[in-house]
Amino acid sequence: MRKSWIVPTAYIAFLMLPIYWLVNMSFKTTNEILGGFSLYPKEFTLDNYVTIFTDPTWYMGYVNSLTYVGINTVLSVAVALPAAYAFSRYRFVGDKHLFFWLLTNRMAPPAVFALPFFQLYSAVGLFDTHIAVALSHTLFNIPLAVWILEGFMSGVPKELDETAYVDGHSFWGFFLKIFIPTIAAGIGVACFFCFMFSWVELLLAKTLTAVEAKPIAATMTRTASTSGYELGLLAAAGTLTIVPGAFVIYFVRNYIAKGFALGRV
Amino acid sequence: MTLELKGIEKTVGEEVHIHPTDLTLEAGSFNILLGTTLSGKTTLMQLMAGLDRPTGGRLFVDGRDVTGMRVQDRNVSMVYQQFINYPNWSVFENIASPLRVAKVSESEIKARVGQMAELLKLSAMLDRRPSELSGGQQQRTAMARALVKDSGLLLLDEPLANLDFKLREELREELPKLFADRDCVVVYATTEPTEALLLGGKTATLHEGRVTQFGTTGDIYRTPKDVISAKVFSEPPINTATIRKHDGRITLGAVASWDPPAHLAAVPDGDYELGLRPHHISPVPGEGRDVKIAGEVLVTELSGSESTVHIRVGNETWVSLSHGIHAFNVGATAELYADMRHAYYFGADGALIAG
Repeated sequence: MRKSWIVPTAYIAFLMLPIYWLVNMSFKTTNEILGGFSLYPKEFTLDNYVTIFTDPTWYMGYVNSLTYVGINTVLSVAVALPAAYAFSRYRFVGDKHLFFWLLTNRMAPPAVFALPFFQLYSAVGLFDTHIAVALSHTLFNIPLAVWILEGFMSGVPKELDETAYVDGHSFWGFFLKIFIPTIAAGIGVACFFCFMFSWVELLLAKTLTAVEAKPIAATMTRTASTSGYELGLLAAAGTLTIVPGAFVIYFVRNYIAKGFALGRV
Repeated sequence: MTLELKGIEKTVGEEVHIHPTDLTLEAGSFNILLGTTLSGKTTLMQLMAGLDRPTGGRLFVDGRDVTGMRVQDRNVSMVYQQFINYPNWSVFENIASPLRVAKVSESEIKARVGQMAELLKLSAMLDRRPSELSGGQQQRTAMARALVKDSGLLLLDEPLANLDFKLREELREELPKLFADRDCVVVYATTEPTEALLLGGKTATLHEGRVTQFGTTGDIYRTPKDVISAKVFSEPPINTATIRKHDGRITLGAVASWDPPAHLAAVPDGDYELGLRPHHISPVPGEGRDVKIAGEVLVTELSGSESTVHIRVGNETWVSLSHGIHAFNVGATAELYADMRHAYYFGADGALIAG
């Protein structure tokens, strides 16, 4: 029993290795990276980060990504809230089929939608805008958010709704002042998953943008420049791409556990 | 206020949840809905509150038709079996909730919530969240919220069912005091006949979505209108058996026979149904207990100072509830003595033959 820490430690070390290597590279010069094998930066440099934070072609990638991810998260959760409420509180014809159909939207790979979306958004003049990417991601995120929120909402007894009506609260008064705070954990979890999916999705984001709304992941695929391969720069960009996810997961870690307990995440 | 149900009914699809019901609940009265689970107590309460729309019939408050009115516009309060409070609000805000909606002034809210908290012993925990309270305190909070506004109709749906028995007794004792000087109609649903008897007031017995009898609690207990009402209002369940009146005697198969009571003298000979509460049957003979019933012992339950014995006689099961410890071996033959002076006799249609 006393040695029980060995296996988890080894496992975590194994998982952290590529991340360490990425961070390690981001503090090296490209010459050092290409020059040989080193476990830590011999010539520690922050130049890579400085470049990213000063060059608009780099930092605008983050701004673009965060913008459409933000729009998408707000949009998905705002739309999913009333939908999930309907699924959890009312019985109507075909409710179970509709619920399942929503989920099937997640079953197709994004590549299936890349072409129709590209054509559609170009036709209506939304190509290369943040809203285009945000909208395309709702196709996957709204079903997910509905599914997560429905689980949390069904955990709240409908007697709570009735008590509020008996007290005299209107539906919206109840929904906004009582119900939403009650399922705050669920909303947190739903936001997290919407954020995560939208943040890592590359294919649609890349297809639907050119310059104005180009996401960071697309910027990163630009491996070579006039000065050759900029591996250090790419490593720094990669490191910065992990940060928002780590940041968000830190805030919702307790809620995620709750979501698991409800069997929904 | 007076609440009047006229032909109120509720069907969902093909299923009848509440059969057409007429009921008049007087202002200031305490009314008990007594029935087993799924007998329609909760549905009936939701119809009274306006949380659910009846599929037929009308609902009147002080003679005014309120059938289609939203629950928010009616003056009702409700307490559920589960402890329902707003989890993100403090106990104070929970109790204050109906007053805030009604736009009562801040100073009055403070005074009334304080007074209610005092009454329900919640003064020390007004700043806490409901989840930080014990079950009993959570239910007190729900009651305080229901009582803080002067509602005309107060619905209590098995409010004590989820509490442990000590708390239940404590709260049950306080309950009548809470409603004493109010002019509202109180409706209290319970599955327990004993609870109905302890609370008094009026009782409506409910069976499969039908109000079988309504009247003063004691009267209903003493003179059930029919077999079903008697069954609903008896714990353990009332013993029933088919008996035959013949040649001036009553016979229970080949098991026993006795002289009919005076009020049965006039009814024609034939088959009737007998109802006898378990506590009128005892393993020991005594004053009035002169009809002997013998059968195989199925179950015996000894609880402190009372014994419950179930025996099988022919196809029927008889239950005896008596003081003292009377142990029997399962499978042995037991002789029980029934006091038929307390028996109810029901006609072929199930209605009580009055005595």
